Amino acid sequence: MKPRHKRFLLIGIALTLLAGATALVLNAFNDNLVFFHTPSEVAAGKAPQGRTFRIGGMVVAGSVQRAADGQTVRFMITDTAQVVPVVYKGALPDLFKEAKGAVAQGKLGADGVFTASEVLAKHDENYMPPEAKDAIDQAHATAKTLK
Amino acid sequence: MNIFRFSSPQTFYPLAGRLVPVFAVLAAAFLAAGLYIGFFEAPTDAVQGEVYRIIHIHVAAAWMSMFIYLVMAFWSAIGLGLGTRLSFYMTQALAPTGALFCFIALWTGALWGRPTWGAYWVWDARLTSQLLLLFLYFGFIALTRSIEDPRRADKAGAIIALVGAVNVPIIYFSVKWWNTLHQGASVKPGGSSMASVMLWAMLLTALGCWFYSLAVTLTRARSIILERERHTDWASIEIARLGSK
Repeated sequence: MKPRHKRFLLIGIALTLLAGATALVLNAFNDNLVFFHTPSEVAAGKAPQGRTFRIGGMVVAGSVQRAADGQTVRFMITDTAQVVPVVYKGALPDLFKEAKGAVAQGKLGADGVFTASEVLAKHDENYMPPEAKDAIDQAHATAKTLK
Repeated sequence: MNIFRFSSPQTFYPLAGRLVPVFAVLAAAFLAAGLYIGFFEAPTDAVQGEVYRIIHIHVAAAWMSMFIYLVMAFWSAIGLGLGTRLSFYMTQALAPTGALFCFIALWTGALWGRPTWGAYWVWDARLTSQLLLLFLYFGFIALTRSIEDPRRADKAGAIIALVGAVNVPIIYFSVKWWNTLHQGASVKPGGSSMASVMLWAMLLTALGCWFYSLAVTLTRARSIILERERHTDWASIEIARLGSK
């Protein structure tokens, strides 16, 4: 083996070991690397108890209720399997909408209601002009009536 | 033609000099086309409105920041394996451009995050790993500049570049591996989830950024070659020629 082949082999081995070590570390810290927990994880008791964490999912369509004080908002957040009720007092981001993604930060009460101190909108990876969106929405509506 | 001929700084220097204007013109053309289509021709987004147009800069900058780091790691491996000086010069020439794109990606992302998410910054896996990339660029630049002996600086920098390259797939796949606030990739092998005009504008801008990177990197590489090879006959003649202009 020529010296330069040896050097390349050493670099290759070192990088492979490093990548392996990184993978193990990331795997070990997996629970701390997620930005939010899903409603299913909360239902299964996997979310942190008694301290602040984030919950993320879809805002259930038709679940957003604004209280008479004009500031308090109640809504349900879901990952299609489980549902968690959220109560929040404050301004919502513009992109916060029903049937769209959202992430709330706060604490889970003993009554199962999540009291949020901050709500962020989560955008999806789809980018399209309004006409295309209308067409898709209409297609969905037609498909529903056909069922 | 033997391409290894150009691994010598002396033959690479004039080649780079001839390529720079070509890449500069291509960069200007692609950037002008991409940004024009992106900001004036592409339709408004159905959900985000006009603010989405920031992706025409953001995505290209983020891609370049990751790609340039991988290219640095590639040249570092070649440099350490074959002992070619030019590889290390290329690595060092790439770093400032990579850092610039990384900063632009973070900055435009923050400006986009405020109106869409409701926050300039969150510590999710994508944003945090991208910030780590910026620190890796800064670390590389600081380390190679702070070591007196240029050969040792080359080697130390190459090791940072190779070790830090592990972070690049983490950035790219972070949105897939963990729950993040940052959305998943809109453009991936096998298709995209964007309207085609928006996508084309973004790809043109990305090509423009790529040619820009080539042009500035080669210009910087030429300066580094002259500085490091100043003790050779050809370089001292070239330095004298530039000085008399």
